[in-house]
Amino acid sequence: MLDRVHPPIDRNREVVIRVRGVEVGFGEKTILRGLDLDVYRGEILGFVGASGQGKSVLTRTILGLVPKRAGTIEVLGQNLDELSPSERRLLERRWGVLFQQGALFSALTVKQNVQVPMREYLHLSERLLDELAMLKIEMVGLKPDAADKLPSELSGGMIKRAALARALALDPDIVFLDEPTSGLDPIGAGEFDELIATLQRTLGLTVFMVTHDLDSLYTVCDRIAALGEGKILAEGPIETLLESDNPWIRSYFHGKRARAAMASGA
Amino acid sequence: MVESLAAEIAAEADQSHMILDLAQVRRLDTLGAWVLDRTRHELGSRDLGADFANASQEQQILLDEVAYRGFQEQAKPRRSKAVDFLVDVGQSVAGAGRDLVDGIAFLGELVSALIRVVVNPRRFRGTAVINQLEQIAYRGVPIIVLISFLVGCIVAQQGIFQLVRFGATPFVVDLIGILILRELALLLTSIMVAGRSGSAFTAEIGSMKMREEIDALRVMGLDPIEVLIVPRVLALVIGLPLLTFISSIAALSGGGVTAWLYGDVSPDVFLSRLRAAVSFNTFMVGMIKAPFMALVIGIIATLEGLAVQGSAESLGRHVTSSVVKSIFMVIVLDGLFAMFFAAIRY
Ligand SMILES: Nc1ncnc2c1ncn2[C@@H]1O[C@H](COP(=O)(O)OP(=O)(O)OP(=O)(O)O)[C@@H](O)[C@H]1O
Ligand SMILES: [Mg+2]
Repeated sequence: MLDRVHPPIDRNREVVIRVRGVEVGFGEKTILRGLDLDVYRGEILGFVGASGQGKSVLTRTILGLVPKRAGTIEVLGQNLDELSPSERRLLERRWGVLFQQGALFSALTVKQNVQVPMREYLHLSERLLDELAMLKIEMVGLKPDAADKLPSELSGGMIKRAALARALALDPDIVFLDEPTSGLDPIGAGEFDELIATLQRTLGLTVFMVTHDLDSLYTVCDRIAALGEGKILAEGPIETLLESDNPWIRSYFHGKRARAAMASGA
Repeated sequence: MVESLAAEIAAEADQSHMILDLAQVRRLDTLGAWVLDRTRHELGSRDLGADFANASQEQQILLDEVAYRGFQEQAKPRRSKAVDFLVDVGQSVAGAGRDLVDGIAFLGELVSALIRVVVNPRRFRGTAVINQLEQIAYRGVPIIVLISFLVGCIVAQQGIFQLVRFGATPFVVDLIGILILRELALLLTSIMVAGRSGSAFTAEIGSMKMREEIDALRVMGLDPIEVLIVPRVLALVIGLPLLTFISSIAALSGGGVTAWLYGDVSPDVFLSRLRAAVSFNTFMVGMIKAPFMALVIGIIATLEGLAVQGSAESLGRHVTSSVVKSIFMVIVLDGLFAMFFAAIRY
């Protein structure tokens, strides 16, 4: 088991993602209604919510893939709406994203996938590119022989790891993980959680993790935010959420599965 | 079967209360349970009560689980066929207008990406262009040579059959020379490229869109237009004129061979007549048009690829419509060019 020391929440810590009053909708359907959220430097934030509530939509909105109707988003102190294209490119170097389905480039091998962002931003010799890519591949716990495989030749868990390696290619400040452990067996999921925690510690990452996995919430997340009805219903360390009297949060954290996770977890 | 049986039960029911005895039922599935419970429910609503008897424990669990309830129909707006038809027509006209606006907007985006690449040549992806050029041009050569040669033969043969009646067989050289250089080679090549490369292009971009690969590019700060589309469109713009040139030669050779066999026009005569009949202008008319056709094919293929939504069916639909729209637009554009060149007497 992990013995993660949750750092005390210090309200003066630097906010790396600041979301204020964000409203997002598709057609007549409004998904997010005035959502506020802060993510602090160096923490692992677990983001939970029932299926279809808009967790992926919020992630994609922060990444600029979905247009918002109102509100502001600041990442690393910069308002995303006010950036020039070149400033935006600079910012995009500083985050890495693990998509729900991995989104590896299917025409490229794992190693080439990891090298895509490196080739774009760093001017390195082929040798160094290869070595760096192999280093990242090893860091995420893939065997070296996976490096020359195409995404279609990988298992689900390997795809997640390869996608994480690509997200980490440029040593980002922030990583976004959309359900990193879904579709993995419990042991694989546990290892993946551990991997994220280790990487977070060694690389000083800030992690924004959408998850349904109660074990992840107990073992690796410093803080949890729960999404419902287009807003944040509650946020804070797990104790805060356990005390919440919102019906959905209660049934989520006090259900049968939750008790099992609590017993084995923290 | 089951339904008619249940209807029979319901029809024969005239007593005030019915017992549905399940003692003899060995297997009960969801369908059976649903129909039984629906029958019970309908009898109930006719003031004829009904109950189950002798249901085993598992059967009772199933019966409880699928207890009859009305499902709320998703409200669909109901219109008459005629109105539907009019709505369809209106929507396709609006769609065509939107396609045009989108196409022009995208042309703008493409040009601005091109300018960005020109201003900052480090962002030019030479390898990708060469790679695409191989796919689009080099690998297309055999099939284009083949069909052009055959079409050249056919046109020459039909031309000879008509001209021989006037004793003007050698004029077939003028006919095929002008026709091929001005129109046929280009049209054949464009249609072939739209079918071969335009479709591949839509399918590639579309499947990348489906798998969020395009989003992955974006969040890495890579512009999908610069990375994926500029190399492909550039390769098309370079490759299509080259293919058109090859196609012209192939078609003229086909025409020459046929003229020799059917019309006794020897290769010497063929070449000297050809030299007299066509000028550099004739050749240039075909070549000037080629890059525009390439641009149209590239833009339509890209837009259709980017419009692909999550499903495989949507991918298929957009690939089809990419090919159909490109071929249509190539022909329309060729017509416009014909009018233009006629107007300036080129
Ligand atoms: N491009 C889109 N167009 C229209 N509706 C969309 C689009 N993307 C998402 N939605 C809708 O937004 C809602 C939230 O979707 P989202 O994918 O964020 O859910 P989620 O919270 O991530 O769920 P899950 O836990 O299952 O991944 C859903 O109702 C979905 O139908
Ligand atoms: Mg999701």
